[in-house]
Amino acid sequence: MTELAVPATRLRTPPAGASLARQLVRGRTLPTLTVLAAIIVIWFAGAVYLNAPRTIEAFERQEIAWTFGQLVEATWSMERPVLPTPAQVFADIWANTVERSVTSRRSLVFHAWVTFSSTAVGFLIGSALGVLIAVGMVHVRTLDRSLMPWVIASQAVPILAIAPMIVVVLGNIGLTGLVPKAIISAYLSFFPVTIGMVKGLRAPDPLQLDLMRTYSADRAQVFWKLRWPASVPFLFPSLKVGIALALVGAIVGELPTGAQAGLGARLLTGSYFGQTVQLWSALIMAALLALVCILLVTLAERLVLAARGTPP
Amino acid sequence: MDGRVADHAPTDHRGDAAVPHPLVAAHDLSLVFDAADGPVHALSEVNLSIARHDFVSLIGPSGCGKTTLLRVIADLVKPTGGSILVDGGTPEQARLDRSYGYVFQAPALYPWRSVRRNVELPLEIMGLPAARRRDSARAALATVGLDGFENKFPWQLSGGMQQRVSIARALGFEPELLLMDEPFGALDEITRDGLNMHLHELWKRTRLTVIFVTHSIPEAVFLSTHIVVMSPRPGRITQVIENTLPRDRELDMRETPDFLQIAHQVREGLRAGHSYDGATGPT
Repeated sequence: MTELAVPATRLRTPPAGASLARQLVRGRTLPTLTVLAAIIVIWFAGAVYLNAPRTIEAFERQEIAWTFGQLVEATWSMERPVLPTPAQVFADIWANTVERSVTSRRSLVFHAWVTFSSTAVGFLIGSALGVLIAVGMVHVRTLDRSLMPWVIASQAVPILAIAPMIVVVLGNIGLTGLVPKAIISAYLSFFPVTIGMVKGLRAPDPLQLDLMRTYSADRAQVFWKLRWPASVPFLFPSLKVGIALALVGAIVGELPTGAQAGLGARLLTGSYFGQTVQLWSALIMAALLALVCILLVTLAERLVLAARGTPP
Repeated sequence: MDGRVADHAPTDHRGDAAVPHPLVAAHDLSLVFDAADGPVHALSEVNLSIARHDFVSLIGPSGCGKTTLLRVIADLVKPTGGSILVDGGTPEQARLDRSYGYVFQAPALYPWRSVRRNVELPLEIMGLPAARRRDSARAALATVGLDGFENKFPWQLSGGMQQRVSIARALGFEPELLLMDEPFGALDEITRDGLNMHLHELWKRTRLTVIFVTHSIPEAVFLSTHIVVMSPRPGRITQVIENTLPRDRELDMRETPDFLQIAHQVREGLRAGHSYDGATGPT
């Protein structure tokens, strides 16, 4: 019977090429790649448009009779272009990640790691704080009334105004490096977690709460057996917003400190010295880092929800 | 409202073996809600006595206070007048003693818990060790005919099965009293018939006392030993009908003259309470 079973299974499993093609057509891959292609085309065209005036100026200074082909070539290979091409940015990233030791001060992996570590610390502090505030607001009526306006007001203040003050104040009491950046990250990331968790902890319906009362459950039992598990679907979307904000906080925290390391420092030195290629590669690295952060939270979400037996 | 609110201290009559006291005794019970457009008399001078091992149905139109009466017995709301004793003490004492199990209109299962862990929830709260929780949950699920479904999650079950899980959850800690608030109201008639038969068998086997809120006359007649007819505005009891059908019942019985006679009596009781008049209630 085994001899029969093998070809039958083979028939049912489509060849790898066909499944890849189907994945492209049906999944999100093809639309995403299409958008990427469009962005790259517009980017190359934009580089020509934005770099042309300075290039033409240079041609004219050297009294060279230039063709359009030469113009395009020149705009795509400037050392300090207004807008570098994707190829230049990619080459810079490649040179500073794959081809450079991670211990080097010019390694983008090193800078990304510095930024990531304060993002992660700040995100953990901020999320814990956000959950604590939400738990307090759900359980203590006075906190519910008094705290929410302050929570909202805290986010109305531009972080760019607060970040230097935090850095200076903490620097005066001897805290430098990771701690001030992590605190700025925490300051930004606690907010979505608080908002999401207040809603999540209040998600149980009246019947589910009545049920606990019929068992004469105490407040701790109601919290751990009902409110907390009911809030988990609200927690993870908040954490995704929170970690993205924590990354913004870490980068902003690196700007005013004169920090030597971190993607924020790369952005700052890049713009000081007109190193636009460095500026853009730090930007792209920051975007990739954000993607990694969100993927980590999504992975944690999948694992937790799968353990809870949530419908697929 | 009369002034008899706190007359009854939680006295314990349990030593009184000579006179078996009723499991639930309400005396001039009333409950008034303060709504925006004036007070609502949810319950008015309710007098009711429920003996052990009875199956009592509360029947009446929407707004007659049957669910409210059940919630007062369960200590989910406090009455504003009169007195009520549950198992010889206050409803609060009965709740703290976990002497009743409550089945709601909806299953109210916790979706993040498997069937077994949903049934174990009250046992966890009572602090039972894991091995005993597991045994009790398995036994309770077997009682409602759901053995083998322990590791399913609520969303994998039909509505009728979910409600059976919620009944198992109420039975798991072996309460003396089962309070059921229209537990089969949201189910289709075929499922409902099956569950009625199941509940009847369960009641006969366990000798539980059941208080059962329903809208359905056949359901009330089929299941009950006593049918309490209620009427709205203000919510009150108009009649208590004793069911003369034998204790052992089959679904076929619902076409016999005896059954129809009692159903007729209930319908007359509802009519006498003007339950069919302003039948344009909010629901």
